[in-house]
Amino acid sequence: MEKFDFNEKDAELVASSGMDLSESARSASFLQEDSVVLFSRSLQEGVEIMRMEDALEKVPSAKKYYGEAFKELDKTCPENTEGGYFIRIKKGCEVEFPIQACLFLKGRAFKQRVRNMVVVEEGAKAHIITGCASSGSAEESFHLGVSEFYVKKGAYLNFTMIHSWKEDVSVRPMSAALVGPGASFVSNYVCLKPVREIVMYPTAVLAGENARASFNSLILSHPGTLQDIGSRVIFKEKNTQAEIVSRAVSLGGKVVARGDLRAQAKNVKAHLECRGLVISEEGTIHAVPELETNYRDVDLSHEAAIGKIRKEEIEYLTSRGMTEEEAQSIIIRGFMDVDILALPEMLKDEMKKLEEKTLKGSF
Amino acid sequence: MLEIKNLSVEVDRRPVLKNINLKIEKGEVMVLFGPNGSGKSSLIKAIMGFSGYKVTRGEIILNGKNVKKLTMDERAKLGSGIMFQHPPEVRGVQLKQISEYLCKDKMKIETLAKELSLEKHLERDINLSFSGGEIKRSELFQLVLQAADILFLDEPESGVDIENISIMGKVLDEYLSGKEKSALIITHTGYILDYIRAGKGCLLIDGELWCSGRNPKEMFEEIKKDGYEHCRECHGKI
Repeated sequence: MEKFDFNEKDAELVASSGMDLSESARSASFLQEDSVVLFSRSLQEGVEIMRMEDALEKVPSAKKYYGEAFKELDKTCPENTEGGYFIRIKKGCEVEFPIQACLFLKGRAFKQRVRNMVVVEEGAKAHIITGCASSGSAEESFHLGVSEFYVKKGAYLNFTMIHSWKEDVSVRPMSAALVGPGASFVSNYVCLKPVREIVMYPTAVLAGENARASFNSLILSHPGTLQDIGSRVIFKEKNTQAEIVSRAVSLGGKVVARGDLRAQAKNVKAHLECRGLVISEEGTIHAVPELETNYRDVDLSHEAAIGKIRKEEIEYLTSRGMTEEEAQSIIIRGFMDVDILALPEMLKDEMKKLEEKTLKGSF
Repeated sequence: MLEIKNLSVEVDRRPVLKNINLKIEKGEVMVLFGPNGSGKSSLIKAIMGFSGYKVTRGEIILNGKNVKKLTMDERAKLGSGIMFQHPPEVRGVQLKQISEYLCKDKMKIETLAKELSLEKHLERDINLSFSGGEIKRSELFQLVLQAADILFLDEPESGVDIENISIMGKVLDEYLSGKEKSALIITHTGYILDYIRAGKGCLLIDGELWCSGRNPKEMFEEIKKDGYEHCRECHGKI
């Protein structure tokens, strides 16, 4: 990879969002700082990766699909975006190593507005790990990310997003996925560091028979922050399935964990699970699960549970010699279980290490 | 090892232990008898320092140190270890994690897990869907790894089938027979006494300690024969 004038701290922050600057075990990489694309290259045949504006000029499918997923949801997209990635995995291409992308926020009070698109063509298979991170210099900054996903017939996309912001950054992601017949879309979301405010409601539209979607999130909420995070699946075709799983821990901030399953076709099966742990008295977790259908033969279910750590559990561990803080920490770590994310082994190990590092000193 | 002087304890402002005096020497195994609700578990919990067990009077000396003001983890680090009768399920925390916290010797963990048939349980969330026998074996497993100087065993054989009692008895006997470690054991069935050499017994009735220091097997036989009512009558004559 080319050299950047990244100081050590920024390099670490970029890494904290899952970006491996050595590119070992990666199929393609994309790195943008504020509005400038620092780097974009593919190491694998069948994988295209470039700045969104370039894709709109060069790649016909980029132009063809642009905004389509949002139209499906009757949503208009914010304009005036600068940069963002376009990733295309060509028909039938199964990508072994993950594709990585990072959007880095550096300028003071900068408003980063990016537009991303991922197209996984028929029968193709890929893992993407994307991160968003902010430098210490990015005070009072803002990030808007508009992302659309097209998972074509029989394709598989496993998309992992890691947010690594800081307390004075506000974030508004907008994302929509169109999932074709027999295709699968897996979205993993991890946010462990503070962020002033994040509001998002990513939506997957299952637009082909036997399509599947799964949303999994791990959210740690720090004092004085708001994370209003939902996942929505719209079932437009029969025999479609989905699962939404989230774990939220509040150390003093507010979390609104939303989930919405809308079955608009026959024989839909879906489950929503939300579990929350409130550690601090100041913390709030509000679970809002919604199920909606006009059809009889659908199977939609949800379970939500919010609580605190039980005193008996803490005492059990302290009776073995752990301090109360150690006991609380091991329970929180256990609750924020990386295993709920649908990750390949390789990324799972990375994620476990990343989580361990990020949580260290968090509570 | 453990010395309890004039100990009185309240739970929810209700006295549960009255003026208890008890001494357990290094290498000594003491069996604690008593009917349900007599305060046996409360005694163990008060010694360990569980919340809700308020010491209103007296001292608890553990390994030469007065532990009355110490937190539970400090008492554990001083050498006390407790086998829970009904341990809580701790989701997300595997038995392996606690094992590795308690003992740095991975070989020892492996060997002992095998001995107690807990190899598969190491990867499981602690106590989650464990059977009665699995819970007891896992509790004993943790105590041995902790290398606690004094074990507080609250009905180690309850809910355990005969085969498992024998496995546990063997591990426990091995642990205690070195005469370095001590134990205070609560038992209703007395089964565990077939496996370990308990030196002394004592009896707790209505929060008071009687008959301290007698031969535990004899005591158990008498209790089996005449019941605790007889103890009350007998005590009344003294």
